[in-house]
Amino acid sequence: MIPASFEYAVARDVPDAIQLLASSGGEGKVLAGGQSLIPLMKFRLAQPALLVDVNRITGLARIRENGDLRIGALVREADLDTNPIVRERYPILVDTTRVIADPLVRNMATVGGNLAHADPANDHPATMLAVRASIVAQSQKGERVIPIDEFFVDTFTTVLGPNEILTEIRVPKPPARSGGAYLKLERKVGDFAIAGVAVMLTLDDKGRVVAAGIGVTNAGPTAIRARKAEDILRGQTPDDKTIAAAAAAAAGESKPWSDLRGPADYKLDVIRVLTQRAIRKAAARATGGK
Amino acid sequence: MAVQTAPTTSRGQRTLKINVTVNGAPHEVEVEARILLVHFLRENLGMTGTHIGCDTTNCGACTVLLNGRAVKSCTVFAVQADQGTVATVEGLEKDGKLHPIQEGFHQEHGLQCGFCTPGMMMTAVAFLATNAKPTELEIREAISGNLCRCTGYVNIVKSIDHAARVMREPAEGKA
Amino acid sequence: MAVEIGGIGHSVKRKEDARFIRGKGKYVDDVKLPGMLYMDIARSPLAHARIKNIDTSKALKIPGVVAVITGKDLVPLNLHWMPTLMSDKQMVLPTDTVLYQAQEVAAVVATERYIAADGVDAIEVDYEPLPVVVDPIKALQPGATIVREDREQKDNHIWHWEVGDRAGTDKAFADAEVVVKQDLYIPRIHVSSIETCGIVASFDKIEGKLTVYMTTQAPHAIRTVIALVAGHLGLAEHKIRVISPDIGGGFGGKVPVYPGYVLAIGASVLTGVPVKWIEDRAENIQADSFARDYHISAELAAKKDGTMQALRVKTIADHGAFDAAANPSKYPAGLFHIITGSYPFQKSFVEVDGAYTNKPPGGIAYRCSFRVTEAAFTIERLVDVLALEIKKDPAELRMQNFIPPTAFPYKSVLGWEYDSGDYGRALKLAMDTIGYAELRKEQAEKRKRGELMGIGISSFTEIVGAGPSKDFDILGIKMFDSAEIRVHPTGKVMVRIGVKSQGQGHETTFGQIVAEELGIPVADIAVEEGDTDTAPYGLGTYASRSTPVAGGATAIAARKIREKAKLIAAHLLEANPDDIEWKDYKFQVKGVPAKSKTMQEVAFAAYTNHPQGMEAGLEAVDYYDPPNLTFPFGSYICVVDIDRGTGEVKIRRFVAVDDCGTIINPMIVEGQIHGGLTMGLAPALYEQITYDEQGNIQGGTFMDYLLPTAMETPNWETAKTTTPSPHHPIGAKGVGESATVGAPAAIANAVVDALAHLGVRHIDIPITPWKVQKILKDNGVAE
Repeated sequence: MIPASFEYAVARDVPDAIQLLASSGGEGKVLAGGQSLIPLMKFRLAQPALLVDVNRITGLARIRENGDLRIGALVREADLDTNPIVRERYPILVDTTRVIADPLVRNMATVGGNLAHADPANDHPATMLAVRASIVAQSQKGERVIPIDEFFVDTFTTVLGPNEILTEIRVPKPPARSGGAYLKLERKVGDFAIAGVAVMLTLDDKGRVVAAGIGVTNAGPTAIRARKAEDILRGQTPDDKTIAAAAAAAAGESKPWSDLRGPADYKLDVIRVLTQRAIRKAAARATGGK
Repeated sequence: MAVQTAPTTSRGQRTLKINVTVNGAPHEVEVEARILLVHFLRENLGMTGTHIGCDTTNCGACTVLLNGRAVKSCTVFAVQADQGTVATVEGLEKDGKLHPIQEGFHQEHGLQCGFCTPGMMMTAVAFLATNAKPTELEIREAISGNLCRCTGYVNIVKSIDHAARVMREPAEGKA
Repeated sequence: MAVEIGGIGHSVKRKEDARFIRGKGKYVDDVKLPGMLYMDIARSPLAHARIKNIDTSKALKIPGVVAVITGKDLVPLNLHWMPTLMSDKQMVLPTDTVLYQAQEVAAVVATERYIAADGVDAIEVDYEPLPVVVDPIKALQPGATIVREDREQKDNHIWHWEVGDRAGTDKAFADAEVVVKQDLYIPRIHVSSIETCGIVASFDKIEGKLTVYMTTQAPHAIRTVIALVAGHLGLAEHKIRVISPDIGGGFGGKVPVYPGYVLAIGASVLTGVPVKWIEDRAENIQADSFARDYHISAELAAKKDGTMQALRVKTIADHGAFDAAANPSKYPAGLFHIITGSYPFQKSFVEVDGAYTNKPPGGIAYRCSFRVTEAAFTIERLVDVLALEIKKDPAELRMQNFIPPTAFPYKSVLGWEYDSGDYGRALKLAMDTIGYAELRKEQAEKRKRGELMGIGISSFTEIVGAGPSKDFDILGIKMFDSAEIRVHPTGKVMVRIGVKSQGQGHETTFGQIVAEELGIPVADIAVEEGDTDTAPYGLGTYASRSTPVAGGATAIAARKIREKAKLIAAHLLEANPDDIEWKDYKFQVKGVPAKSKTMQEVAFAAYTNHPQGMEAGLEAVDYYDPPNLTFPFGSYICVVDIDRGTGEVKIRRFVAVDDCGTIINPMIVEGQIHGGLTMGLAPALYEQITYDEQGNIQGGTFMDYLLPTAMETPNWETAKTTTPSPHHPIGAKGVGESATVGAPAAIANAVVDALAHLGVRHIDIPITPWKVQKILKDNGVAE
C-alpha cells in the first residue's frame, strides 16, 4: 500500500523530461497518468529512483486531425471518449477507451501510457494494430515515427529506449466505407480482458473487403495482429463462411495462457467469437450502420 | 500554472513544498514525494471524509475531484496536486445547506455503513456536471469504479437520480 | 400522530446519515490520538515453513522505527498464542513455524505509517519450506502432512459433529422409490467490507486503563476476552474500554480477534502510547477470516411423485490452520442443520468433519447466519436435482412439499422449532410477480430456436436470533442481549443497546421500537451502542441477531417503563391504575378519552411529582434471553439468459419475496435485502479464493477477487409477505442475511435450468463463463 521513497521532478517540456530520465541512469520512470505505475509502486513491485512527472508539459494533450488523427500522448482516456472528432470518425477508438478500467481511472490514464506500458492485457495496442497507427517518440537523438507493427516487443517491452518518450499517436484517416469495432470480454467491468478483438475494415462499392486490420488483446506476450485472418477477409465479401474462417484464423494465431481469467482454450473460443462479432459490427459501420 | 522542478539529490526522504487548494481553502504543506493524495488529505490536512478501501485502485472509496475530475486519490501522489484544486466530501455542504447529492443519498437511503458514500457522491457530482439527465444505465456506468458492499446499488442509483432531478428543477425544489 | 411518532412500520429516514453524508463518520482509521504510533505487519510468503531466523536489524535502523515485535518477544508475556472463539488456539506470532501464507510473522511499530511500511519491507526472514497440504480431503487421509504439531492429536481432524437419526435415515434411503445425490463444493470466499479491519489501542499507564477503538461487531465480548487473555499483563475488565465507533461494514468479518489487534494492544501496553494498526486490503483478503469452504455430499430420498422423505448430508469443513470461526460453542458447524429447509423431512442425518489445512483460519465470516448459506444452497439445489430427476416443475415440486402454515410452530426432525411460516404464499407471490407461467412458455419457445434462458427458484428458510441461553454461548458467554432506556424529564429518551450496527441503521430502527412502545417521537430518541463503558452487556451484531434479541430487550425494557409510567399516569389522573389504558400513544382513563396523559407529561412527573413510596425516575434495563430463534423465509426467482458464444450469464430479472415478520422500517429492510442479494450474486457468479498446491493464494486482491459493481448487479425487485414471529415481543424476525442465504441457489438453479435439457444437473459456484461455455461446447451448442 505504501510506495518506497523516490526523487520527484516535474518536467518543463519534452527535452527536459528526456534529460531528467537520462540523468537517472536507467532508474527513472515517466509519471503520466500513473494508473499502471502507481499501483505497481504501492506493492513495491516497481521502485524507480526518480519519477519524471510529464503532466505539466503543454501541447501533449491535444487531439487534432492533420490528414491523420493525431492523439497527444497525454490525452486522458476520458477525453478521447468525448472528443467530437473521435466520436464522429473513429468509433473504434471510442469502443476501446470505454472499456479500459473504469470511469475514474480513465480520468487520469493516458493513451500514451496505455501503449508505452505494453501490458498485453491493455486494450489500445490491439486497436492501434488494427488501424495501423504510428507512434511518435522523442529522445536525445531526435524524433522518430515508429509503425505500430514494430512497436511491441514483449510483455511490458516496446522499442522505446530508456530515455525515449512517446509523444503522439497517429491514426490514419479511414477511407470511405470504413468501419471498425473493438469488443472486449471481461469478468466484470473494470477488469482486464479475458480477450479483446479490434477489427478495422474498408469495403469497396461491392461490399468486398479492401483492407482489413485485426488486433487481439491478451493473445500472448504482446497484443498481436491476426495477419492470416486479415488475409482471409481481404478481397472477400464478409459473409458468414468468410467471417467464420477469419475468426478461426485469428484464434489460431493467438497464444493466450490459462490464468484466473479462464483456461487458454476458452480464451481461444472467445477470440473466435469476438472476432466474428467485431467483423460484423465493423462491416455494419462501414456501410453506415452502428 | 507555475512549474516546479526539483533538483535531483541522493535517495532519501526529502520533502517538497506543495500548494493545494482544497474545498476552496489554500494549503501550503511540506510532503514527501511518495505521499499519496488520499493520505495527504486524511493525515496532513486531517480531512478524514475520504476513505481507503483497497490497495489496487479498484474500490473508489477514495474518490475526490482533482482539478474538477473525479479521480482515485489513492493512485495520485499529493505532489501531482501542487498548484491544483481538490474537492472532497467535506466541501459539498455550503453555508449549512446540503448539496443535492447529499440530500439525494439521505432521501433515497443510498447509504448504510457510509464508508463508500463520500467516494460515490464525489463521482456523482462530477458525473452530473457532464450529464444532467442520465438514464439508469448511464448512472450505473458512471459509478462502475465505486464498489459498495452494503446497498446493492439500487438506492445509490435512485439517490443520484434524485439529485439530478433536483438540480434540473431548482425552482420547484422538490424531486 | 403515527407518522410523527415514526414507530413500527414507518420508513423513517436515517439519523446516522447526517454524519456520513458530510464525511464526518468516525471510523477507526479516523481516530488520531496524541503521540500515536503506527503498526504494520510482516507476513509469511510461504504456506508452511520453519522460521530459521528473523533479522530485524535493518528495520530497527530506520529512523522512526520504535520497535519490532517477534514471536519470541511474546513468549515471556504468554501472548504468543491466543484462544479462538471455537476453543481452539491461534498463534499471535509464530516462534518456530508458520502455517499459512500471509500469516503474521513480525510487527513493526513506528512514528509514521509510511515508516512502519518501510520497516516491514526491511525485515528479513529465513524460511525452511515444509510440505504443504491445501486439500482438506487429502489432509484427513492417513500420512498427510500434520498442520498442527502443537496438538496432542497428531492428525488434521478438528472435530466430528453429527445430528439426526443415522440408522433411521439410512433405512429410509434404502426403502426409497427415488434417491438423488449431489456433491457440491462451496468455495472459500471473503466478505471484504469496504473498510478493512483495524484498531487504535491506547494504554494509560497512570490509570492502568486500556482504551481500544476497534472494528468489532461485538465490543463487550472483546472486552471480556482481553481481560481473560491479557489479565496477567495487569488488565482488569473494569479498566478496559472497547469502543466500536462507526464500522464500514462487518458481515461477520469483524467478529474474530485477529493477531493484529492483540499486537497493537500489547505494543500500547508496553510503550504506554496509543498504537494504530489498519490493515491493507491484501492483508484483509489474504489473512482475515474467510467464509464457506465446505465440501458437501448431499442425498435426498423421495417418493416417485416427489414427496420428500429423507435427507442425508456429509460435509468436510476446511477451517484452515486454526479453527477461528465464530460459531456458538455448541455448534462447530453453526446452524448448518437447518438444511432440511422449508420441507418436512421425516428422517435426516447430517455429519460434518472439520479439517486443518495450510490456509488462513476462520470459517463463517460472510453474512451467512452461521453456515445457513451453505445449508440453504445445498437443499435448494438438491430440490431442483430431484425436480429434474422426476421431470417435475421445480415450483410445483416445492409447493407440493412445503411445511404447511398450519404446522407451525414446526419441530424439524433435526431439532429446530420453526416459529412461523407460510412458504406457499411467498412462492406464489414471487411466481405471480415475475410471471412464472409466461416465462416457462417463453423458455420452451426459445429452446426450439436454440436460445438459452433459465428460471431458478430458491425457497429458503433462515434461522437467526442466536440465541436461547440453554443452547447458545460464545466462549461460555450466553447469547442474550440487552437494552437500557432512560426517559429524561423533558420527555426525551436515551437508549443504549448491547449490539453494534455496521450499517444496519440501529440508531433509527431501535429508536422506532421505543417510539412505538412509549409514544414518543423517534426524533426525540437517541440510540447509542458500541462503547463498553456505557452500553449494557451484549453479544454484538452478526448472524442477524440484533432485532430478534436486542430488539426484544428494547421492547421489553420499554414496556417496563410503560408499566411504571402507567402508575404515574394514574397518580396524575387521580384514577385507579386498573382504569388506565394505553391507547393512541396516551394513557387514558377507560371510557373517558378526554382524561389522558402523554408519556412526556408522565416523564416530567417522574422527576417532579412521582407518587409517594415510588422511586423517582423513569428508566429500565432488560437482558433478553430469547425463548427460541426466529425463522425468516422467502422465495426468490431468477431469470437468466446465456450467451452461447462466451458462456456469460446475464441476469434478466430477479424477484425476491422476503418474510421477516414485523418490519420496523420498510426502507431499511429493503436496503438490507438489496445488499444481501448482491452478496448472494457475488459468490454465485464471481467470487472465489483458491490456492495452488504450494498454498499460494490465487487472486488475493480486488484485481482478481471480484466484487460486483453497479454494472453486474441487476435492478433487484423486492416484495414481501408478513408472518410475525409468535414468540418475539414485536413479532420481528430479523432480515440482514436472508438475501445472502437465499440468492445463490436461485441464480445457480436458473443457470442449471437453462442447460437442463442438455442433461446438466449441477454446476459448482462461482458459475464462471468458461464453466458454462465448456458445457455448451461439450454438448455441441456453443456458438
